Amino acid sequence: MTPTPLSVTVDEGTRVAIKHQGIGSSPVRPDGTLKVRGEFAYASDLWMEDMLCGVTLRSPHPYARIRSIDIGEALATPGVYAVLTHEDVPGQNRYGLEHADQPVLAEDVVRYQGEPVAVVAADHPEIARRAAGKITVDYEVLHPLTDARAALEPSAPRLHDGGNLVRHLKIRKGDHDPQPEADAVVVGEYSVGMQDQAFLGPESGLAVPSGDGGVELHVATQWLHADQKQICTALGLPPEMVRLTLSGVGGAFGGREDLSMHIHACLLARHTGNPVKMVYNREESFFGHVHRHPATMRYEHGVKRDGTIVYVRAELWLDGGAYASTTNAVTGNAGTMGIGPYVVPNVHLDCYGVYTNNPPCGAMRGFGAVQAAFAYESQLDKIADELGLDPVEVRCRNAMEQGSEAPTGQTVDSPAPVAELLRRLQAMPLPPEPATPGPVDLRDLPGGVSNTTHGEGVVRGIGYAVGYKNVGFSEGFDDYSTARVRLEVVGGEPTATVHTAAAEVGQGLITVEQQICRTELGVERVVVHPKDTRVGSGGSTSASRQTYVTGGAVRAACRKVRDRVLGVVQQRLGRTHADLRLDGGKVVSDAYGVLADLADVLRGEAFEETVEWRHRPTQPVDPETGQGFAHVQYAYSAHRAVVDVDVDLGLIKVVELACVQDVGKAINPQAVTGQIEGGTAQGLGLAVMEEIVVENGKIMNPSFTDYLIPTILDMPPMRIEVLEYPDPHAPYGLRGVGEPPTISSGPAVLQAIRAATGRWLTRVPVRPEHIIETGFGTASHRGQEGRVEHG
Amino acid sequence: MDFLQPTSWLDALAVKSERPEAMPIAGGTDVMVELNFDVRRPAALLDLTRVPELAEWAVYDGRVRLGAAVTYTQVIAELTDRLPGLAIASRTVGSPQIRNRGTVGGNLGAASPAGDSHPILLAVDAEVEAASVTGTRRIPVAEFFTGVKRHALRPDELIAAVWVPAATGPQQFCKIGTRNAMVIAVTAFAIALHPERRRVGTGFGSAAATPRPAPEAEEFLSQALAEEGLWESRAAPRDSVVRRFGELVADAASPIDDVRGTAGYRRHGLQVMARRAFTWAWNDYRKA
Repeated sequence: MTPTPLSVTVDEGTRVAIKHQGIGSSPVRPDGTLKVRGEFAYASDLWMEDMLCGVTLRSPHPYARIRSIDIGEALATPGVYAVLTHEDVPGQNRYGLEHADQPVLAEDVVRYQGEPVAVVAADHPEIARRAAGKITVDYEVLHPLTDARAALEPSAPRLHDGGNLVRHLKIRKGDHDPQPEADAVVVGEYSVGMQDQAFLGPESGLAVPSGDGGVELHVATQWLHADQKQICTALGLPPEMVRLTLSGVGGAFGGREDLSMHIHACLLARHTGNPVKMVYNREESFFGHVHRHPATMRYEHGVKRDGTIVYVRAELWLDGGAYASTTNAVTGNAGTMGIGPYVVPNVHLDCYGVYTNNPPCGAMRGFGAVQAAFAYESQLDKIADELGLDPVEVRCRNAMEQGSEAPTGQTVDSPAPVAELLRRLQAMPLPPEPATPGPVDLRDLPGGVSNTTHGEGVVRGIGYAVGYKNVGFSEGFDDYSTARVRLEVVGGEPTATVHTAAAEVGQGLITVEQQICRTELGVERVVVHPKDTRVGSGGSTSASRQTYVTGGAVRAACRKVRDRVLGVVQQRLGRTHADLRLDGGKVVSDAYGVLADLADVLRGEAFEETVEWRHRPTQPVDPETGQGFAHVQYAYSAHRAVVDVDVDLGLIKVVELACVQDVGKAINPQAVTGQIEGGTAQGLGLAVMEEIVVENGKIMNPSFTDYLIPTILDMPPMRIEVLEYPDPHAPYGLRGVGEPPTISSGPAVLQAIRAATGRWLTRVPVRPEHIIETGFGTASHRGQEGRVEHG
Repeated sequence: MDFLQPTSWLDALAVKSERPEAMPIAGGTDVMVELNFDVRRPAALLDLTRVPELAEWAVYDGRVRLGAAVTYTQVIAELTDRLPGLAIASRTVGSPQIRNRGTVGGNLGAASPAGDSHPILLAVDAEVEAASVTGTRRIPVAEFFTGVKRHALRPDELIAAVWVPAATGPQQFCKIGTRNAMVIAVTAFAIALHPERRRVGTGFGSAAATPRPAPEAEEFLSQALAEEGLWESRAAPRDSVVRRFGELVADAASPIDDVRGTAGYRRHGLQVMARRAFTWAWNDYRKA
């Protein structure tokens, strides 16, 4: 190639196209059309010749000793290839994300209803199910431990060797008794029910035995490498013999962080020598993944007359259920972010994560921050009410900002526009008043087309809430992602290929990876390699971290590739340019314009770089005080909810949800809006309907008939304002987006319901019987009144 | 499992006679859910979708003969004028896809205490036309439901149709659910005014083992309206009358606590719905 500066004209069309598809734009998602048309291949669509179907036999009891398991009759069933129990687990029969306390298949005890006891492979799903029904398990049923606070009593049965406490997180901030400084003391107790991720694509995967005695697993998951590690431990195989490929994921929301069918399918595949597919149905899915921790929370705020918070004392109990899962980190989050995005000089907070015989709880969007927000935001409203102040004003008076000290003692070292979010919300116009008498559209009213009101009993309420959440893994976790980027000419066109193991679960990471490559390498065509374990770990698709961490890794790999390419250009030109960049498929100098065609520079060579990228390290917090640089970044959002309540029937119509969120930099504005809408809906769901009802350790509603998630008539139109205050420590200044809306929307809805009904509701989800005044209902469903004390 | 697909009504009845254990299926919105979740494993399914006359309706002497396989979508699109209460109830069923498949006959066959079509069928004194190879009989809807998901059909019988009197006055249906669409009733209530008979009909669901009418409430309100000459004057009844009507409707219920709601809330909800639904119906009557 002979570079001919200035003689090559820039193809403006190409440049515009790349600009249009790079960061800050919203290109069409590759999966979008397929999903809308019902043609996207999910993990449940996996198929192979000769594949067997695997099913799981689960414990019907929340707590029982297993005296014996008889698989004889099941194994003798024609069409059955394998029936496996814990005795068939070749490696360690334990797995778990934070510590391995969960049996792959139960040994002598089951600790929750739904715990896997045996697995069966057969040539037809119905045969496998029937065979599983023929396994005889002799249980000695034990009395389940189902109350998180009771589980910490010395007299409680110990569910695990180390006792029932998973973690006690303490925050101790301030060094004197602050109570005398307070003009008023506001006390409240709140509780949050068990929410489910309710992803629409159930747990599914296909395990294929490989020639080397290993196994290939195609699976819908959130973190391929964490899965791989746990599978290897259970199978007793090295990582190179357990290869994972991400299959089509139908939503995750934290529910796919823990393993489900992964090890079971691999065991069956290796035992039978056949490919084995496992798909949970909807009911099994409710038993097959962890849920959001139910919480009981007691708060005491000491405040000055002007609303300034002097101190917070708080105790939070999180019910982790039978196994640890991510309870340790959830407890850390609920505790370290337990007082909300407010500056409080004195904090005395205890957060307990506890084992019980309830369904295991772990990761779900918002991860501990959701539960705490219901409590602290309720307290802020109670303070406002007590002092006769505007609820937004009270929040702004105490709001965290850049330079503030968080309860962990760390300085907030990037923009924290908490007060601005709230003030912008307050400035937004309100939706029109409720319909006046006359013809009504039932869809606009509480109850919808169920026709329960034509306006009678309908009262409007407004509520505000703000929330925050750490982005990325915290407390000293080595949080990194790996990206491999290759730049070469394919079919005459410069083409980038990006390979990461970071899971696309529907949030749009594939598109974001493409956008970053386009911006950094100035190419239009970007191929995203299938997500698998042939490249290093991408870390978990959780904690709102993938655009930050995997995005950071992709950017870093692109820049290494770019630097090598530009080095070649300068070598060939025989001179150095400080201002070179790749743009529109060209090598461009700011001073001299286009210097070369990228395709000519690359010729037959492929430039490939692999980068392991980390955000700034965090630190573990002090076990006695909770002090330390625990979180690398916070993300904030605020909501205003306008809610109509039929106060006679306790039915709710959320009329509008407005949200203001700071995202640092919107890499893909449409995806940002999508995350805000989806996250908001999930928070609304927890506030008014979504709950796994557990009685004596048993799930009462494992179906979408009775586990209700919002429909289009429940989720209102949104007003959204996205702010972009760059975080100087983050790639492109971006801030994680996915979780904050789930944190602040629910408390705003709850407060709006209170405003409409005049009832101090303290439990979510709010049920109709909580709202109407007669106060009947069973004890487990009834909300409790908080109280206000004067100091 | 055998899958039986008769193509005529007589064949269907013959099949049911020979295979009384066969589970009839039309839209499948109940049956398929039970099959998928292994709640039921009938020896045979009797598919009625190839019996064309079942999906038809006709009017005879002021009564609509609604074929057992007429869908909710058809009721909404074609019968809102004649059967307004059933149309309102049909709109509350599931999603558009479910309404396209689900049938009133299937709702009766499932005989759930929460069946959305049941309260209004009670309120208008509908009759179920049951048929077998030996003949046809009509069962008043109030006698049709015999227990939770149990009904008065003999094993060899199929539901041929439901006879629903065309409305002679305003009708209403309300359903409480904890979601604004696609929800099973926590409790539901229906009312029909029969001005020609000076009677009020009622029905409620999800507040007893079976869908039920509230006869004392009907009697009380019908009398109160008649005594004060309100059918003629079309004036509004006193609040105390409306309130008492609501109380009597709630008194007719024997609800339980379950995952969808408490017994106390169900009684309360019935009172509120009864008052509102009557008020709407009466206002329509006054305007008529």
